[in-house]
Amino acid sequence: MDEGRPLFVQIAEEIESSVLDGSLQEGERAPSTNELAAFHRINPATAAKGINLLVDRGILIKRRGLGMFVAERAAERLRAERRQRFADHYLTPMLAEARHIGLQVETVIELLRERAQQSTDHE
Amino acid sequence: MSGNTAGTAIQVRGLTRRYGSTTALDDVTVAFEKDVIHGLLGRNGAGKTTLMSIMTAQAWPSEGEVKVFGQTPHENEQVLPKICFVREDQKYPDDALAKHAFKAAADAFANWNWDFANRLIADFRVPEKTKIKKMSRGQKSAVAVIIGLASRAEVTFFDEPYMGLDAVARQLFYDRLLEDYSEHPRTFVLSSHLIDEIAHLIENVVVIDGGRILLDEPVEQLRDRAVTLVGRADAMAELITGREVLHHETMGRIARTTVLGALTEAEQQLVRELDLELQPVSLQQLIVRLTTKRNHNDAVYATDMEVQS
Repeated sequence: MDEGRPLFVQIAEEIESSVLDGSLQEGERAPSTNELAAFHRINPATAAKGINLLVDRGILIKRRGLGMFVAERAAERLRAERRQRFADHYLTPMLAEARHIGLQVETVIELLRERAQQSTDHE
Repeated sequence: MSGNTAGTAIQVRGLTRRYGSTTALDDVTVAFEKDVIHGLLGRNGAGKTTLMSIMTAQAWPSEGEVKVFGQTPHENEQVLPKICFVREDQKYPDDALAKHAFKAAADAFANWNWDFANRLIADFRVPEKTKIKKMSRGQKSAVAVIIGLASRAEVTFFDEPYMGLDAVARQLFYDRLLEDYSEHPRTFVLSSHLIDEIAHLIENVVVIDGGRILLDEPVEQLRDRAVTLVGRADAMAELITGREVLHHETMGRIARTTVLGALTEAEQQLVRELDLELQPVSLQQLIVRLTTKRNHNDAVYATDMEVQS
């Protein structure tokens, strides 16, 4: 795991990604604290903190004695959250770099269209 | 699981230990929370082993007190069976085989688990017919580590016994420790030089330096203790004015500076405006910076790469 963000945030993001790509379905049991700790070789308290981030946001639901389960409509809600953050996470740094190297916004938009065209051609 | 409300396993107050004119521990006050994996880190001679020896009643303090589960451990038959102390220089009788050492541990520790011990013996490939005295350093370390884990003592101290283990065996030790801790939460105190290796294993870190406690904090909180900035030296100077600098090095017009404390919103804004790069500080870097700073504040600058013309 990289050192950029707190480990428990990375744990939460990894579960989020599994929910988003469907490898963890709604209503399905999510990995337990101990499973995450063993798999990532981290302290169980760190894994628990990551899980709690998702419980607090209603993505995972705790069922006493049974474990953690993916909430209904979790994927849809995650997608909505990520759409909201998209501009901040991807566009702001891209525009900063563009400014840095003297690329006009129009040129960036042009490039974006070209790339989008290329990737649809490949599919 | 995290044991955040479990209470205190070990309380140390005003502990001082002198050897002749040397002060190994200087008025140390620290608490180790129950059911948590603690890292006890510091340079050689910082006082780690002395502190562990006194907490486990193998040495006496010059001043101050230690309480383990509320009681003084020294000559205390109620507390001592709850404490397992595994150290690198563990001594065994001349003729002892590994099984003799395990049998002795099984007798000494009420929670000893033979199934777990046997699994570890197989995992670490401990030779059955070799006297411990004749074993390689790695094999001796394995015997010590197995005793520490299979004893399932309420408080287990590991004073770098895994230093003799190779990378594969160390990973095995970390994995088995985490697995068993998950199933049987208890208090561990690990000392190690290999800080980055155990950084994700420990929940709380205690750093000792020159016989004093330099740091005692949950590992997650340490992330906010310091930050490293890389960028143009003149821009850097603007940002770090008035901040406590842990480390500073330059190469031409580029500077790398580690400052204490998290950045404020305004400073983060300034970092973006000045086009500086933010780098997280690993546990190992932070501890190196903190302990180097305290010991030879001036020497830090002398060893820097001053390539400025």
